Amino acid sequence: MTFCLNFPLFLIVLSLASAVISSILPAKAARILSLCLLLVSAAANAVLFVFLRQNGESVEYLMGHFPRPWGNELKLSELGSFITALFALIEFLCLLGGAHQIDTRLEGSFGRYYYVMADLIHVSLLVLAYTNDIFTGYVFVEICTLASAGILAVRHNGKTILAATRYMIYSQIGSGLFLFSIVFLYNLTGHLLLPDLKESIAVLWKEGTYRLPLLTAVSFACLGLGIKSGMFPFHLWMSDTYGSTVIPSSGILSGLVSKGYIILLIRLLFDGFGTEVFYQSGIHNIVYLLGAMGVIAGSIGALRENNIFRMTAYSSAAQIGYIFMGIGLSAVGGVTAALFQIFAHALTKPALFLSEGILSDTMDGAKKFCNLQGAASYNHFAGAAFTFEALSMIGLPLTAGFIVKYLFGRDALLSPSYLKMILTLAVIAVSTVLNALYFTRAILRIYNRPQREDIRRVRIREEKGYFAAGLVFIVLNLLLGIQAGTFLQIIREGLQLF
Amino acid sequence: MLTALCNNRIQVAAVMLFAVGFTTLLVHKNLLKKIIGLNIMDTAANLFLASIGYIRGRTAPILPEQGIVDASRYVNPLPAGLVLTSIVVSVATTAVMLTFSIRLYRRYHTLNIDEIYAITEKEQEEEP
Repeated sequence: MTFCLNFPLFLIVLSLASAVISSILPAKAARILSLCLLLVSAAANAVLFVFLRQNGESVEYLMGHFPRPWGNELKLSELGSFITALFALIEFLCLLGGAHQIDTRLEGSFGRYYYVMADLIHVSLLVLAYTNDIFTGYVFVEICTLASAGILAVRHNGKTILAATRYMIYSQIGSGLFLFSIVFLYNLTGHLLLPDLKESIAVLWKEGTYRLPLLTAVSFACLGLGIKSGMFPFHLWMSDTYGSTVIPSSGILSGLVSKGYIILLIRLLFDGFGTEVFYQSGIHNIVYLLGAMGVIAGSIGALRENNIFRMTAYSSAAQIGYIFMGIGLSAVGGVTAALFQIFAHALTKPALFLSEGILSDTMDGAKKFCNLQGAASYNHFAGAAFTFEALSMIGLPLTAGFIVKYLFGRDALLSPSYLKMILTLAVIAVSTVLNALYFTRAILRIYNRPQREDIRRVRIREEKGYFAAGLVFIVLNLLLGIQAGTFLQIIREGLQLF
Repeated sequence: MLTALCNNRIQVAAVMLFAVGFTTLLVHKNLLKKIIGLNIMDTAANLFLASIGYIRGRTAPILPEQGIVDASRYVNPLPAGLVLTSIVVSVATTAVMLTFSIRLYRRYHTLNIDEIYAITEKEQEEEP
């Protein structure tokens, strides 16, 4: 059974090989290869998760035969394997549900290259969850950014190229800060592997030496990865980016890529900087404040939009604000809520984008609410799936969204700071009302009587991939909501070994 | 304070260079200037890393025929490795950014990102 400890390395090599092979295959074969890879990855990571959970400990996997501090290594943890299994499954569902859009919207060889980029995103997410080396993390953060820009810019129109350019500009600001943070940390400690880094930083913190460069390095890492994942006020690229490309790209970017950077940040907090340094330095208060402002700014932005895709993009900014708010709230309760929010949002947002894509196609590519009237009555399943996912975002009991709001509320009440308690509860209340307002408006519009007569009804045979994906997303969302206790236990136990 | 700055002058120069690159990337409207800013930022990080790795009087860690003579004669090879990796990443991101800039210029005949944004906003208003 210890053989399964090799799975992450095998999957990394397999994903890279799949990306290379896909570049010379026809689009259909490349899609089959990508889907098979993602299914194998989900299954292999699930097996590893079960093995590590039974053993109850994390494993440091040497890349070669050189132990620390000489060699590079992976850290195989229970939470890491759970996250990668879930992310592989979600990416599989995004590609399956959006296959029709990729086939019809992308010209020439772009279809095949789309799957090359999807494989590269997958390998990046694997490495971000498993690596124990901060510089390897930086390299794969950049690979992930380039591949993400690739899946954004695959359409031949100016708006998508502009969206990809803006995404790259914001990402490069974040990357620059993260790289400089690594350089500072290496200069201060002489280490790049997270366990060594943690030991050295703890000594520096205790002695009180090099306090300013150390805090600068930690701040730069938080800000850099925050900017890359869309933290306020650097969330403005999201509305253009998610609103103009093909639907699976919006799902993968909002559901997985932005979360991958946050997973790396959480790993750095627990394994690299140490939670003591982060929570005693006061940096967590800035992260908390930016998160809270992101929730409100994103929700207001969504309410002002009349384009359904841009509305959902702004909603993503608000949901990412929740994650940063949780990280800033507290080391255990807050981060647990943030991780649960990562899972809930990763399951909800791609499903919302896929449903919106189908509803838009049903109405001849309409994006504005006035032209989407009655879309749900022509495509019942997409309408129902959109309604369910929207209700989950609002926080309907039994769905994953409800548990997120409950966790944040409970952690706020347990917070030793009255200011944070009141602010968190106020943010949850205001954002829930705003969530309800803009999603209810969207639901009412898609179920209203249509104003147009020239409606093209989508053939069910073409969209069977979407039906399967949408159904699995709904089941997983309900499972996360109903069996929240089990998942919370996995997160809490996993955080101790992360 | 002044002595510390003089002793770490290369690192100070790298930080100043990083600030110049960061501001250029953030503030300038011209896409090419943004790309130049990105490259200055990456170069600053590489300069910082290279300065850490260099120790006056020591040599590159290449194994001589007679074997290791004295480990203290060599510099740490890791920073040089990191600089090389960072250069590769920087080249890739620059290439992608330039590709996008060319495609945008061919379509909109300008490299000013604000002007391009204004045009696409108008296009968006005409969408269904």
